[in-house]
Amino acid sequence: MKLIFERGKEGQHCTLLPDCDVPVAELEAPKREQPLHLPHVSENELSRHYTELAGQVHGVNNGFYPLGSCTMKYNPKVNEKAASLPGFTDIHPLQPEHTVQGCLEVLKKSEELLCEITGMDAMTMQPAAGAHGEFTGLLLIKSYHDSRKDTKRRKIIVPDSAHGTNPASAAMMGYEVVSIPSGADGCVDLDALREAVGEDTAGLMLTNPNTVGLFDKNILAITTIVHDAGGLAYYDGANLNAVMGIARPGDMGFDVVHLNLHKTFSTPHGGGGPGSGPVGCKAFLKDFLPGGAHCIGRVKAFYGNFLVVVRALTYLLTLGKEGIPEASRNAVLNANYMMHKLRDIYPMAYDETCMHEFVMTLEKMKHEIDVSAMDIAKALLDYGIHPPTMYFPLIVHEALMVEPTETESRETLDEVIQVFREIYAKAKENPQAMHEAPAGTYVRRPDEVRAARKPVLRYHFSEVQ
Amino acid sequence: MNHPTELKYSKSHEWVKFLEDGTALIGLTDYAQDALGDLVFVNLPETGDEVTAGEAFADVESVKAVSDVFSPVSGTVAEINEELLDAPERMNEDPYGAWLIRVENITDKEELLDAEAYIQFYESEADA
Repeated sequence: MKLIFERGKEGQHCTLLPDCDVPVAELEAPKREQPLHLPHVSENELSRHYTELAGQVHGVNNGFYPLGSCTMKYNPKVNEKAASLPGFTDIHPLQPEHTVQGCLEVLKKSEELLCEITGMDAMTMQPAAGAHGEFTGLLLIKSYHDSRKDTKRRKIIVPDSAHGTNPASAAMMGYEVVSIPSGADGCVDLDALREAVGEDTAGLMLTNPNTVGLFDKNILAITTIVHDAGGLAYYDGANLNAVMGIARPGDMGFDVVHLNLHKTFSTPHGGGGPGSGPVGCKAFLKDFLPGGAHCIGRVKAFYGNFLVVVRALTYLLTLGKEGIPEASRNAVLNANYMMHKLRDIYPMAYDETCMHEFVMTLEKMKHEIDVSAMDIAKALLDYGIHPPTMYFPLIVHEALMVEPTETESRETLDEVIQVFREIYAKAKENPQAMHEAPAGTYVRRPDEVRAARKPVLRYHFSEVQ
Repeated sequence: MNHPTELKYSKSHEWVKFLEDGTALIGLTDYAQDALGDLVFVNLPETGDEVTAGEAFADVESVKAVSDVFSPVSGTVAEINEELLDAPERMNEDPYGAWLIRVENITDKEELLDAEAYIQFYESEADA
């Protein structure tokens, strides 16, 4: 499709501004050498441009979106209704506190409910998303060790199945990252952990259930090993959707937690969000939170992405104490249902009862008929299904990681299972044709190799005019 | 898949070629480059850096993922293959010509496999 700059022509414009009723004055500031590159389009053209763009995206409102470890659940419209109330939208962060008591109550109430769900004692709503939360959480851990003059703790332990953001956040904090191998069961290898901890351990970062969709049954032993070595335990909340209202990170022995409101608590996700990554902690870390007595400082202006918190609170209050654990149970049920209906043809990396997601390994298929996880993912596009997470976690070869979420009906799951089976049959019948999928999408197979080796990062106006 | 008999192999999928002058070339095996897919970036150490057997000395990035490259030997980096920095695809096209580093003052090495044992190793790994 055409870019906005390639639409319209000089002289076309949107007449949105009223006539100028004051004398035109020349600015004394230096003039631009070139006019700004602004599109020249009528309002009609502009509207069509955005409608065309919208037609090219796939969101959870378009169809099934089983992107593993991302929890692309449906975002109820009632969240939007609450977030568009003028009392929440027509406010300014600097207006007197006594005029925004309702908004402050939203933040306080959200903190209380999310602390209850995670087993934490205090929480900040400032971080804008998950990785931002990780960085904030690590700042708490570092501040804690520093406050005890325990400055030799320079290492963060991360299992090799972790989300890439974990080692990245630790490295950004200036920590040395120690990667420990997972055991044959996909969980933390306790011996490897015991060997890795020591007086230089600042902490451990862990996702539970982990990225292969399994709940680490040794979780209490894991956090004890870290604590005994003097380190703290950090819970990556990416997979909380499997256990919310059922098992609490605080009870598992974690000291710091980040949540992804845009995953677990049904706020818009992907395409820029904005997200929200609250960080909770146990009481002994509370003073280090933004606003606390020994605070780490602000990590974002004012109160974080407030309207996202309004949506999450709406979700929490809609589901209530019974609905929250029920959502997790159904998320786990849906994942197991799909896995059981597919395991006879798609080998599972860990063929046992899973939590909210499961990981297939297509290594055998790749080896035998040269059809890869990428080919299957591309074929799904032709059925209007967003592909699962691919080639992750790194410990599983030719991985497809499927997270259906609790908001899909059994009918949808059955349809998708049928699609997966159909694609499998097609692959067996004509493997070569799989390399051509998708056939019906706007963009078919982008040249990923060329995009990585010779990226074009800038739009050149001169080539248009 | 091609695995020359004159080379030694590590279980983390690097090959080593011990040269007559006591130094060694290290690269990624044909199996490794095939599993990684098209390589688009490589991060090499600097000449003079120490490498340790069993520890990462470089990383390679494919369209799928970033992966560490482990050193099969301990020693000092005598030379890096600068050609790869601009042409990482050489590791896909010619895995045994596209060495990553040459190591000198070798003090230690991992348990290394010959070509036959290496093929057996990765085939059993794939079945597991």
